[in-house]
Amino acid sequence: MDAINLLIEGFSLAIQPANLIFAAIGVFIGTAVGVLPGIGPALTVALLLPVTFKLDPGGSIIMFAGIYYGGMYGGSTTAILLNTPGESAAVVTALEGNKMARAGRGGPALATAAIGSFVAALVATVALAFLAPPLVKVAVKFAPWDYFGLMLIAFVTVSATFGSSPLRGLTSLAFGLWLGLMGLDQLTGQARLTFGVPQLLDGVEVTTLAVGLFAIGEALHVASRHLYKPERPIPVKGSIWMTKEDWSRSWKAWLRGTVVGFPIGALPAGGAEIPTFLSYTIEKKLSRKPQEFGSGAIEGVAGPEAANNASAAGTLVPLLTLGLPTSATAAVMLAGFQQYNIQPGPLLFTQHADLVWGLVASLFIANVMLLVLNLPLVGLWVKLLRIPLPWLYGGILVFASMGTIAANPSVVELLLLSAFGVVGFLMRRYDYPVAPAVVGLILGPLADNALRRSLQMSLGDPMIFLQHPSSAIMIAIATIALIAPFVFKGLSQFQHDED
Amino acid sequence: MTERSLKLANRPAVVVAMVLFAVAAVTYWDASQMTARATYGMGANAASYFICLFLAVLGVGHLLTAFQTPAIEAEDADWKAIGGIAIALSGLVGSIWLGAGFTLGSTLLFAFTARAFGRKSLVVDLAIGAFMGLVIFLLFNKLLSLALPQGPFERLF
Repeated sequence: MDAINLLIEGFSLAIQPANLIFAAIGVFIGTAVGVLPGIGPALTVALLLPVTFKLDPGGSIIMFAGIYYGGMYGGSTTAILLNTPGESAAVVTALEGNKMARAGRGGPALATAAIGSFVAALVATVALAFLAPPLVKVAVKFAPWDYFGLMLIAFVTVSATFGSSPLRGLTSLAFGLWLGLMGLDQLTGQARLTFGVPQLLDGVEVTTLAVGLFAIGEALHVASRHLYKPERPIPVKGSIWMTKEDWSRSWKAWLRGTVVGFPIGALPAGGAEIPTFLSYTIEKKLSRKPQEFGSGAIEGVAGPEAANNASAAGTLVPLLTLGLPTSATAAVMLAGFQQYNIQPGPLLFTQHADLVWGLVASLFIANVMLLVLNLPLVGLWVKLLRIPLPWLYGGILVFASMGTIAANPSVVELLLLSAFGVVGFLMRRYDYPVAPAVVGLILGPLADNALRRSLQMSLGDPMIFLQHPSSAIMIAIATIALIAPFVFKGLSQFQHDED
Repeated sequence: MTERSLKLANRPAVVVAMVLFAVAAVTYWDASQMTARATYGMGANAASYFICLFLAVLGVGHLLTAFQTPAIEAEDADWKAIGGIAIALSGLVGSIWLGAGFTLGSTLLFAFTARAFGRKSLVVDLAIGAFMGLVIFLLFNKLLSLALPQGPFERLF
């Protein structure tokens, strides 16, 4: 198999001592930051991007892979020990995991989360390695109109299909798209929405938006609601090892979670909440001890944790092969790649094959390191959870603004960061999802380009999108996905009136 | 914010709608000022007009929901804490603006954020912030050769 040879080559790059050290540092700081309450993987990656700026592309991407997986793992530790999930995908883990920790079984909960994440990420990374090459073969044939159709699907699924209210999701998306207009147009050099401010000509940085919305928005939200009342992490008592029964109850849940998580992540459907909730429901149905659910069932941690990680690895499929981010984390990762002048997409596999396979191999290695590092270091992570929140948020804001001015030393950038923080706070307060804005900012200009290049090729005839069956089907899917929630809502209201 | 004479059930939605209309208007004005023209297909302003339309549609959507669904009860906010973080951020922006350097800025940012989160001892927090800012500055400027803004204090190193 071609993929195996390429993967072996990737491993030969990734196991060089320097790269192993990069991976270890990445895993370590990724977990350390991801463990902090209120910081999810997207923010972890965004905050730690500046640390990797000045390394060579190979090393920084490998470190990046470690940060990504470390951030994911750190989030589940917080969810189990503190009951404050850093992201929506960890909500389910907190459900049973925190109950287990309260019952003195924090160790096995952390262990099943760690091993479940490991198994899921391992299977999902293998699937990624085998799925990517054939997908790339299809993707190189994609014309601009196909890309435009694909992006429409991504827009709709990220913002409208799954959120609490499609209107709110679409509004968040529109905010991101609007920010995407700012700066010089790539095709004509026309300045858009810059209001004569020269610093805006380069457009809005994705990391500035992500850090502003996530970090500063979250800090304002937590401060405004006095959510900083002392909450103590639950100490991990007794053995951290799982009993024989724990193993026998966990392993099927891991595999089922992986099977649920990977495809949902790999489709441009967005969001790790769906697979985690789905996995939780499945485990509850299939469990030998369903009565334990709600008071600390180990399957309820094992399954959703695996689903979460598998879907996160799944989002790498559209990200690497098509250049299409379908979650906030993937959008921030794409911004990271662009910072190293690497444009994910089908061309990446042909032009920088060594880099891609080095990244895939590092994902494996980061995964193994996580397992080896994290369980023994659990005591250290618990200590990090004990940092008083005033200092924690002070530190987060310092680090967040540091990253912003390190990337672009200007007052305008800091003002933008603060403004995004206020918007993020208001979005949280009035229940608007934040992720569609980040995805909109990064995909908006790409969709604009695809649209206009298609129209240039068709000499301005918009029918080009419907004449090609591939793009016509994708646009149809996007339209149905956009309208369906409104129709169902209307139907259910109608039925409600009848009763 | 209960039922008013207009049956306006959701005031935040109306405000959001107004903001959306305003942003749409600004976008429209900006697009109408553009001079670059495309030979075929659409120019650079087409996307602006499209987003403008999208924003306007969302604004109408918000207006419609404002008369249908009641607002989600937003929890009471502690505006003093928000103000504290605002002071903290303007401390940083101010010290970068005036060329006073990153360390002073992050000291102010850290100390006032901690205060907004309920810490009382400002002096201790100032000291911690200064130490942290200095460590970050040295780490990033010397070790990773990133250019954090320098003031008179940073030039000593």
